[in-house]
Amino acid sequence: MFAFLIRRLVQAVLVMLIISFIGFSLKHAFGDPVRDLVGVSVSKEERDKIAEKLGLHDPVMVQYVRFLKNALTGDLGYSYFFKKPALDVILSKAPATLELVFAASLIIVFLSIPAGVYAAIRPRSFLSRLIMGSSIVGVSIPVFFTAIMMIYIFSVELHWAPSFGRGELVTLFGFWPSGLVTLDGLEHLIMPSIALSSIMLPLFIRLIQAEMMEALQSEYVKFAFAKGLKTFRIYMVHAFKNTLLPVITVGGVQLGTMIAFTILTETVFNWQGMGAMFVEAVERGDTSLLVAYLVFVGMVFIVVNTCVDLVYGLVNPMVRVAGRK
Amino acid sequence: MAALLTVNNLNVVFSMRFGDLRAVNDVSFSLESGQRLGLVGESGAGKSVTGFSIINLISRPGRIASGSITFEGRELTTLSPEEMRKLRGDRISMIFQDPMMTLNPVLTLGAQMTETLLAHENITRRQAEERAVETLKKVYIPSPDRRLGQYPHELSGGMRQRIIIAIALLTNPSLIIADEPTTALDVTIQAEILDLLYELTVNERMGLILITHDLAVVSQVTERIAVMYGGRIVETGPTMAVIDNPSHPYTRGLIGALPESAGGQRRLNQIQGAMPSLYHMPSGCAFHPRCPLAMDVCAKETPKLCETGERGTLTACFKTAACEAASL
Repeated sequence: MFAFLIRRLVQAVLVMLIISFIGFSLKHAFGDPVRDLVGVSVSKEERDKIAEKLGLHDPVMVQYVRFLKNALTGDLGYSYFFKKPALDVILSKAPATLELVFAASLIIVFLSIPAGVYAAIRPRSFLSRLIMGSSIVGVSIPVFFTAIMMIYIFSVELHWAPSFGRGELVTLFGFWPSGLVTLDGLEHLIMPSIALSSIMLPLFIRLIQAEMMEALQSEYVKFAFAKGLKTFRIYMVHAFKNTLLPVITVGGVQLGTMIAFTILTETVFNWQGMGAMFVEAVERGDTSLLVAYLVFVGMVFIVVNTCVDLVYGLVNPMVRVAGRK
Repeated sequence: MAALLTVNNLNVVFSMRFGDLRAVNDVSFSLESGQRLGLVGESGAGKSVTGFSIINLISRPGRIASGSITFEGRELTTLSPEEMRKLRGDRISMIFQDPMMTLNPVLTLGAQMTETLLAHENITRRQAEERAVETLKKVYIPSPDRRLGQYPHELSGGMRQRIIIAIALLTNPSLIIADEPTTALDVTIQAEILDLLYELTVNERMGLILITHDLAVVSQVTERIAVMYGGRIVETGPTMAVIDNPSHPYTRGLIGALPESAGGQRRLNQIQGAMPSLYHMPSGCAFHPRCPLAMDVCAKETPKLCETGERGTLTACFKTAACEAASL
């Protein structure tokens, strides 16, 4: 397990280096930090002075190494629009996004597993056909459409749920503004989290159903029946545990994707998270913030994927042995 | 001796959209307790389906259409699913073909062994583990107590098949159905596994149905043999009598095709043609298109099993045994 961790860590560092280089190149190629800082009405000499001060005249590699050094100390640049360090801006927006993703993940886990497993066990039943049919429809409807329709039906027409914002927040642990602990906050969370899960949920139902069907066809399941085991145990222990392996792999990638790309949902519901911040940064041409976000998201992906690999190792005995060596 | 298992006029059909396919056709045989029977035939002869139908584990859309299966005095075809579950793995165990696929890759061997005992007997996990270790000793697994914590991929194919045999033995069943238990193993391991099966079934006085396409395997282990072709039993009797003196042209063909029968020839003898598929089953005797002795009647009527000159053997052939036509 230790060697496995080390190997993953080395990989992570390499990936981060590549991401940071791409980020840095972007920063170097686009945008003009001096203009972001002082606008257009300042004279050429003034600009040159500021550029010199910021080190913008140094060779590219020198700038990159400086960028890396700063990044290692947690300094991902300065957002000229928010007038704050970029990382601070991102971290202040992160709780909103993470809570949204958390709620959407709960919906996905608790609906896709029973639905997928049921559809695999009784593929010919009416309910299974309904599940599988509507999952195709679900995958094909874009998130913004789902979100807007939900707002129209449940907020505008029925007045059941609020249509924008996070509602009443309580600061937890001194830094985490949370909507999970107030009723109002939870009400605000319902529709955005459903909208965010609307693509992944059908995807996971289909994945779980397909993998479970395959497991049920296997010889070991047939042998389990021949051993006279109870049907419930065969489904849940023999078939489902094998179904989990590919689901965990895909789930890890998708979890990272959800954290990084809540943009549509956050925009429609005016949810002040990282997605909304990203759109803002694009509109303002805040290159530093965009690059910092890129690096941050790369980091999130790596952390999530490493965790997923560890969980995978717990379920799949073959990985564990490879790790022990 | 009392019959352990009696199969009478068993018919298994696969219901397809365009109609029923008959995989097992009017098959009857019986087995006394402690007896070993070999079901022999090419792929598609219906031997595995026959074996699986005994414990009602035919894969969909197959089902038993008619016939009766009596085991230890109970009729199996009318059992409820729960009664059948209690029987499976307890009184009747199965051994599957490919040991690499039969064990669940994500569960420990211990879990896969004890779950069988826990499903059938009212014992604690600890007791089940002790029984598992004891049974592993019976199948000559080295350092058995260490095995319970291991996973299938840590063992070789031969070892895995021993584990599967151990799982089959755990509950002291009175019948073991082994579906091609050595086909997926290499030759030296095959012999070891066969010896083991023979030894265990003789020592524990267990009945054995050995499903195989390999006549050599059958002759090593079983007392009786039933040769299947196109879903029917075409010849049955004491193993040595059938092998030494086969009367059905198909059995003769099979034995003639063994390398030993080729003498000094460079090419082995083979039966011309291929086993017909269920979709295109020939009329009359299913073997007639490939049969060197076929007569006109063979294409029209299906022969019933009848006595041959050889003591205790039955065959279904108009030419070599002058059988009557089946009424179907």
